[in-house]
Amino acid sequence: MTPATAEAAYRARRRVRLGASLGYGVVFLVLLAVSARVSEVSPEALLAGLPRAGEYFHKLLPTLRWEVLFAGSRVEGSLAYWMYRLDAWAWLLFETSQIAALATLMGAALAGLACFPAAANLAPNRAVYVLCRRGLELFRTVPDIVYALILVWVLGVGPLAGILAIALHSVGSLGKLFAEVVENADMRPWEGVRAAGGSWVQAVRYAILPQVAPNFLSYVLLRFEINVRGATVIGFVGAGGIGQELYTVIARNYHEEVGAIIVLIVLCVTAIDLASERLRGRVVGAG
Amino acid sequence: MQDATLSLRGLTRRFGETLAVDDVSLEVPAGQMLGIIGRSGAGKSTLLRMVNRLLEPSAGTIRFGGTDVTALRGRALRDWRASCAMVFQQFNLIPRLDVLTNVLVGRLNRRGTLSSLLGLFSEEERAEALAILERFDLLETALMRAGQASGGQQQRVAICRALMQRPRLVLADEPIASLDPRNAQVVMDALRRINREDGLTVLCNLHHLDTARAYCDRIVAMREGRFVFDGPPAALTPERVREVYGVSEEEFHAAPQGSLAVA
Repeated sequence: MTPATAEAAYRARRRVRLGASLGYGVVFLVLLAVSARVSEVSPEALLAGLPRAGEYFHKLLPTLRWEVLFAGSRVEGSLAYWMYRLDAWAWLLFETSQIAALATLMGAALAGLACFPAAANLAPNRAVYVLCRRGLELFRTVPDIVYALILVWVLGVGPLAGILAIALHSVGSLGKLFAEVVENADMRPWEGVRAAGGSWVQAVRYAILPQVAPNFLSYVLLRFEINVRGATVIGFVGAGGIGQELYTVIARNYHEEVGAIIVLIVLCVTAIDLASERLRGRVVGAG
Repeated sequence: MQDATLSLRGLTRRFGETLAVDDVSLEVPAGQMLGIIGRSGAGKSTLLRMVNRLLEPSAGTIRFGGTDVTALRGRALRDWRASCAMVFQQFNLIPRLDVLTNVLVGRLNRRGTLSSLLGLFSEEERAEALAILERFDLLETALMRAGQASGGQQQRVAICRALMQRPRLVLADEPIASLDPRNAQVVMDALRRINREDGLTVLCNLHHLDTARAYCDRIVAMREGRFVFDGPPAALTPERVREVYGVSEEEFHAAPQGSLAVA
């Protein structure tokens, strides 16, 4: 091969790649147009609806007045008047975050067991791997709200249905993420433990777990945040927490109260986010 | 004392079309320090891994004393692995755990699942591990994370882990290929010590002929999966090297370093 033939081969390859990229680009655009058509997304409808969305958000805003902002709950225009049910809402919000916390813990525990046989590098054989992978997929593909609807029917209205619903979905999504972390683990320690006569379980405990634990924790904290939002939505179908209250005030068009609850949820999620970031930073930093 | 001869008969390993180890037979008497030399890809690593059963032989048998090692399964296989300790080129320690725990890993084989899951080791076991660390001048590092120790220290910790297994033989797969010359010497000294003082059989893959000549009782040379030399170090003269490898000793050592990892 001479430099000239290498250059020619390089150009030919680039031409082929450019052609392929253009081809895939066209296919992508066609698919995009089809999916927009099927799901009835049209720019006109979006534009027509936009002012109404603005109108709704405007309604959610409280009428606050500067001069009485910090007055008591009986003075119209004060913060306390807007948040007049703060005690009840705070409790419901607490309940929601507890639903999320318990569900996340339960989901993480099960996912932590299932992820090792579901990792291609550790699975004792192909059958176990496929079984665990497909099992996790099954848990994951059913949305938590569907689980909640079923469980409310089975267990009755209340937080228990919500906890189980979110836990089931969490097993699937955390299990997949955990398994992928495990698949990226350094296998040399694993080989070291196995070569020393350690069993599969011992090798997981000593060679893999210390490597993957910080990543597991950060996924669990992320999942906790997602589950707080999930637990809110799940309340809509009678699975307890702030969601049930939110559903009621939306249905009754109590706009200012909808706004108040949404602000509280945002504050709660932000607080959890900040706290988990610090915790994660500490663990990873120590790791 | 039961017979502790390691004997390989017609041992073969294929990777697809390639014959990594080709019909190899070998007798290693108890207490011998055997050096296995050869260039990258000669099949040295595959051979040692088959002895520990990290790799399954495609054909042939491995016997140790009265035991057919190739037939072992489950619990018996894990016990065999504990009794033939491996020392790896890349140390294969657990970097995030402390040195002491890494040594205790050598005892996992004799621990129940539950107690090992909880990370429980007895005071006697810790005392034994600490004594081994002290013997190799590593006591100061006991509570350090293994990943923070130097390469030479890590390899000696790996040797301590091997001793913690109370093995019958030690398989060292290129133990000094990732180390600088000074640390290489310290590690080779440690391997010779466990051979001389503890009477352990040591099989050691090396790609440097001088190291093999300096430390081993006997040398076998591999080329393309077969043994091409077997004898005392003194018999492996430069002429003999040229005869079996077709290159001079300098050319032999000029093997591409990058390919060592897959040897």
